[in-house]
Amino acid sequence: METLVNAFFNLGILRETAPYLWVGFKMSVLLTAVVVPLGIAGGLAVALLSRVRTKALRWLVVAYVDLFRAFPPLVLLMFIAFGLPFTGLDLPAFAAVALAFFLNTSSYYGEIFRAGIESIPRGQFEAARSTGLSGTQTMAYVIVPQATRNVIPDLISNTLEVVKLTSIASVVALPELLYAARQAQSITYNATPIIAAGVIYLVCLWPLVRLLSRFEHRQIVLH
Amino acid sequence: MGKFGETFLNWEVMAQYAPKIVEGFFVTLQLAAVIVVTGLAAGLAAALVRTLRLRLLNFFIVLAVDVLRALPPLVLIMILYFALPTVGVLLTGFVATWLALSAVLAAFAEEIFWAGILAVPRGQWEAARSTGLTFLQAMNHVVLPQAVRLTIPPLTNRTIAITKGTALGATVAVGEILYQAQTGYSFSYNPSPLTLGALAYLVLFIPVVWFGRWVETRFAWKR
Repeated sequence: METLVNAFFNLGILRETAPYLWVGFKMSVLLTAVVVPLGIAGGLAVALLSRVRTKALRWLVVAYVDLFRAFPPLVLLMFIAFGLPFTGLDLPAFAAVALAFFLNTSSYYGEIFRAGIESIPRGQFEAARSTGLSGTQTMAYVIVPQATRNVIPDLISNTLEVVKLTSIASVVALPELLYAARQAQSITYNATPIIAAGVIYLVCLWPLVRLLSRFEHRQIVLH
Repeated sequence: MGKFGETFLNWEVMAQYAPKIVEGFFVTLQLAAVIVVTGLAAGLAAALVRTLRLRLLNFFIVLAVDVLRALPPLVLIMILYFALPTVGVLLTGFVATWLALSAVLAAFAEEIFWAGILAVPRGQWEAARSTGLTFLQAMNHVVLPQAVRLTIPPLTNRTIAITKGTALGATVAVGEILYQAQTGYSFSYNPSPLTLGALAYLVLFIPVVWFGRWVETRFAWKR
């Protein structure tokens, strides 16, 4: 038992490495604050573009969504982080991560918004247009707000996945929480920092998991 | 195209590393297969145990599910692979990835199966039991078939998402596609192996993404 405590819950090590973890935590928060709004905005754009009249453009959007949903996010990230410098475009790690996340998450958010828009009955479009609203106004004031409300559980669920996904940025040496924990572990030869990182994720994300679990039950029970 | 092709589609480099990528392709397939089988089986088992409504047991199931949903899979893999050895438990990268991802899949699957079981109206239970079926028979022949049908779309999507997580194995030296691609890239200092790896993922996952889309429409609830 004592070896276990020393190996995983070593307070001395925790005190020593806490400043590193704190820096990493702040980076994870910053990353989340950048990639989540970008992904949501991109997803909304994808959903709206998949409804335009030009068939070629619609096809292009479907291809985009399928392509970036087929790549595991880590593959996309590595391709961009390691491949892009060869094109002469040497992005800083943070920008490379943000770009990879944008391509991946906008596809997922896009599918969610698309399902939301499809759930709105045609009558809503017709009623809105017949009151004199333009197509854009109809979308902005009538359809999108209702569509968004219908898919809130899916949006939260996807956002939770995106927040968890920010941990893969550690692979391309972006100093976020997991990266900081791994560094701290290799310096101290002790697993406490990595366990601490796990606990931090748990504490931050647990409320979201609880909320979702409640949503999901209601959703499937109501069907 | 000349310089771009030489960089990203260098035939010489590609020919050299193609066998490795093919090898990785089969490792990815194997890893994905064992994750799906164990994850779904464990998830279903946990959901069934939960129907017994033993309070203490259910508390632990819900706790485990919550923890596994809140932790990023990469953090879990890191804990299994880098933290456990400090207390003498050595796992290979393959086993660590397999355990971590099947645990995550089991957690999500348990929630989905459980919600599905709850969604079957009580009357179905009562009717089945009153025709003389035992608890197990009622579960097996009446409730589960209905519950599983409800759960297929969310389960398919979740399974696909977690299967793509096999790429995370690259971080703990599992010789799957991404690892082979990355190794090829660092030896040749040319991103063509990464291109090849990306193509391998497309070959593997584009059909899977399409299958997921088909399942969603096939089992869609008609309102």
